Amino acid sequence: MSEFDHDHGESGRNHSPGLSRRRVLECMTWAGTGVLWTISGGVPRSLGLVDSAMAAAPAGLSFLQISDSHVGFDKPANPNALGTLEEAIARINAMPARPSFMIHTGDITHLSKAAEFDNAERIISQAKLDVHYVPGEHDFLDEDVKLYRERYGRGAKGAGWYSFDANGVHFIGLVNVVDLKAGGLGNLGAEQLAWLEDDLKGRSRSTPIVVFAHIPLWTVYPEWGWGTEDGARALEYVKGFGSVTVLNGHIHQVMQKVEGNVTFHTARSTAFPQPAPGTAPSPGPMKVADDKLRGLLGVASINFKPGDQRLAIIDTPLQG
Amino acid sequence: MIPFTLRVHGKLAMAAAILLCLGAHAFAEDTEVTIDNFTFSPAELTVKVGTTVTWKNHDDIPHTVVSAGKFRSKTLDTDDGYSFTFTAAGAYKYFCSLHPHMTGMIKVE
Repeated sequence: MSEFDHDHGESGRNHSPGLSRRRVLECMTWAGTGVLWTISGGVPRSLGLVDSAMAAAPAGLSFLQISDSHVGFDKPANPNALGTLEEAIARINAMPARPSFMIHTGDITHLSKAAEFDNAERIISQAKLDVHYVPGEHDFLDEDVKLYRERYGRGAKGAGWYSFDANGVHFIGLVNVVDLKAGGLGNLGAEQLAWLEDDLKGRSRSTPIVVFAHIPLWTVYPEWGWGTEDGARALEYVKGFGSVTVLNGHIHQVMQKVEGNVTFHTARSTAFPQPAPGTAPSPGPMKVADDKLRGLLGVASINFKPGDQRLAIIDTPLQG
Repeated sequence: MIPFTLRVHGKLAMAAAILLCLGAHAFAEDTEVTIDNFTFSPAELTVKVGTTVTWKNHDDIPHTVVSAGKFRSKTLDTDDGYSFTFTAAGAYKYFCSLHPHMTGMIKVE
């Protein structure tokens, strides 16, 4: 499927050849618009980019992941992050097969300003879908650290973690962006880990598990802080389950790997791309030519075959 | 006449001395740490007691400057700055609470 715009770049180092063999989770296309997930036979499968998924009619549960909308960001890498979020939502609305709900894996806003949260809500709500949020570090920047909690954290535990069930799948939203330690990575903390252990207690091991959090729960690139200090502890609790899917954001690019029953995946941003690990002096926003931006966000470069209604799951070639 | 001149000169000299002192003082305390590419630069800085250090964020991403129990900036957006005056000797380790792999140290002597 080389015609699809898969830009895995450096992520190849983290790829497991097991992915193509096991076909546990197969991705077809990726973009800033979001990744459509469908649960079929208890195994979450990525149907790929919204546009590609448009022609598909997933059976059972399907949901959408969007991430890193950074509403308020106006720097050269994308002077109009709200606009590209709007484009993403428009594409979601154009889908003939409605997903059941959406998850947003954090960095809704750029600076946690009330107006940014308001704008994000105004745009995202146009999808008319339930949205399950977890916060990114950019959502806790207001002086009193209350705006995110007021809007999205009601009923959640601690800094905003929670779980819910949908169509027999157990979803767990974790927070790994608070109380970060100098020199360290993302952080879940003892209280959240204890809650997680308890949340999973007594659940049938055949229950498919979807864990989502902002910063990758696996170590992608510690030099840039792309990982979670105590993420391995959380993974210990879930790895006994038959099917585990870990969905993250934060790094503004697609990376995927499979470890045993656990599939890890990071989504692109709807706002701006970030460089592949180690390919730039810093993980800061990557400025690309204007006509390339939407290609990297995927909004306008989604590649699907018109007329092909059987956009079933297609293996992604793992590069590198 | 002579005493008057002396007095005036004395005052001028004193004023000059004060100005010089203030000038030298201000110069010594005008120390900056820049934030570029998710890096504090210089990462380690040695200053005298009483020095004011100003951090300036040049990145397109917000950062903070936090030294546990000592000082904590608000979120610094692009081109925002934060200043702290070090009134006690010691080694002040600090980091960005958003990107904790960003660390630095101010040694105050």
